[in-house]
Amino acid sequence: MTAPAGSLLTADALRKAYGPTVALDGAEFSIHAGEVVAVMGPSGSGKSTLLHCLAGIVTPDSGSITYNGREMATMNDAQRSALRRSEFGFVFQFGQLVPELTCVENVALPLRLNGASRKAAEQAALTWMERLEVDDLRKKRPGEVSGGQGQRVAVARSLVTDPRVLFADEPTGALDSYNGERVMELLTDAARSTNAAVVLVTHEARVAAYSDREIVVRDGKSRDMERVV
Amino acid sequence: MSIGHTLLGLLESGPRHGYDLKRAFDEKFGHDRPLHYGQVYSTMSRLLKNGLVEVDGIEPGGGPERKRYAITEAGITDVQRWLATPEKPEPYLQSTLYTKVVLALLTRRDAGDILDNQRAEHLRLMRILTDRKRKGDLADQLICDHALFHLEADLRWLELTAARLDKLAEVVAQ
Repeated sequence: MTAPAGSLLTADALRKAYGPTVALDGAEFSIHAGEVVAVMGPSGSGKSTLLHCLAGIVTPDSGSITYNGREMATMNDAQRSALRRSEFGFVFQFGQLVPELTCVENVALPLRLNGASRKAAEQAALTWMERLEVDDLRKKRPGEVSGGQGQRVAVARSLVTDPRVLFADEPTGALDSYNGERVMELLTDAARSTNAAVVLVTHEARVAAYSDREIVVRDGKSRDMERVV
Repeated sequence: MSIGHTLLGLLESGPRHGYDLKRAFDEKFGHDRPLHYGQVYSTMSRLLKNGLVEVDGIEPGGGPERKRYAITEAGITDVQRWLATPEKPEPYLQSTLYTKVVLALLTRRDAGDILDNQRAEHLRLMRILTDRKRKGDLADQLICDHALFHLEADLRWLELTAARLDKLAEVVAQ
């Protein structure tokens, strides 16, 4: 595959097997800055594996992933970790907030890990919490807030480092319709305002409807629906 | 949607001219399909004939006479009955798609492609509705949500069908 010009993150001919199970079998992907791409497909189709490979969490058996012109395979573990900390943001379905920390401490955590002072980190965290409409929860612990509120806190945390790519794996999977849609509205508004690319793994059509286009993964193979037509 | 019942319902708040009825209909319900004047006047003639509305007054104007319509007791009963009766679900889309999928399997074409393309088409419309919902007021949001949930239901059926294609192929081949 030739990635479209100006792509921020691309993957070509990705293969990944877990023992005898083939998770990815020649998958392709590309995304531009500021674009929201939904990765859809049934359970077990390989969509989460694709996200984990793109994010540098899982190393593919073969194929290439290029981020901002750099081949990921040429980076060592430390470089990939640094990339994940500073350039990538993550939102998952469950259990991402540290229960012992307050919400503002949770949101500030990535900045603290990158060496920011507590005051500066929490100030930036509060700005994001305001945008996600959860600043009133700053002193509460994750156990004291609702699922929808907790997910908004998690989205604030994923965006606090101003990532260039946000990876969201079923970000609304544990929420009811109303809270799920609100999280998607806030997440995509925030990402678009910072020109971040969003890789959105979801099996829900109403969530995918917040994307600009979708990739369908089936049996480890990807299909870019925009280029099919 | 029953245009007759909707126009009758609009008349319940007070008598109106045909033009006012059209304007009220378009404003509240005609987001995608505004009514034609011809539709309004043919519908009002029918309602008049059936005794569900009556002419409340006629105003001569520069052009044709302007009739003002009022709802009758029978009209109010009719609206009430319509509102209280649930709509029949319309499974037409599934029937058409089912036929296509079965035909694809029978002719050894890729039925998965049909489902993927249909999903893409559904999502295209869902994106438009989602965008309209984000920019609209509460009424827009509720109307769009209703359409979105219906489209999502179609898609869930599509996903389930996609997951069962192998089994369906076996059945079709028998």
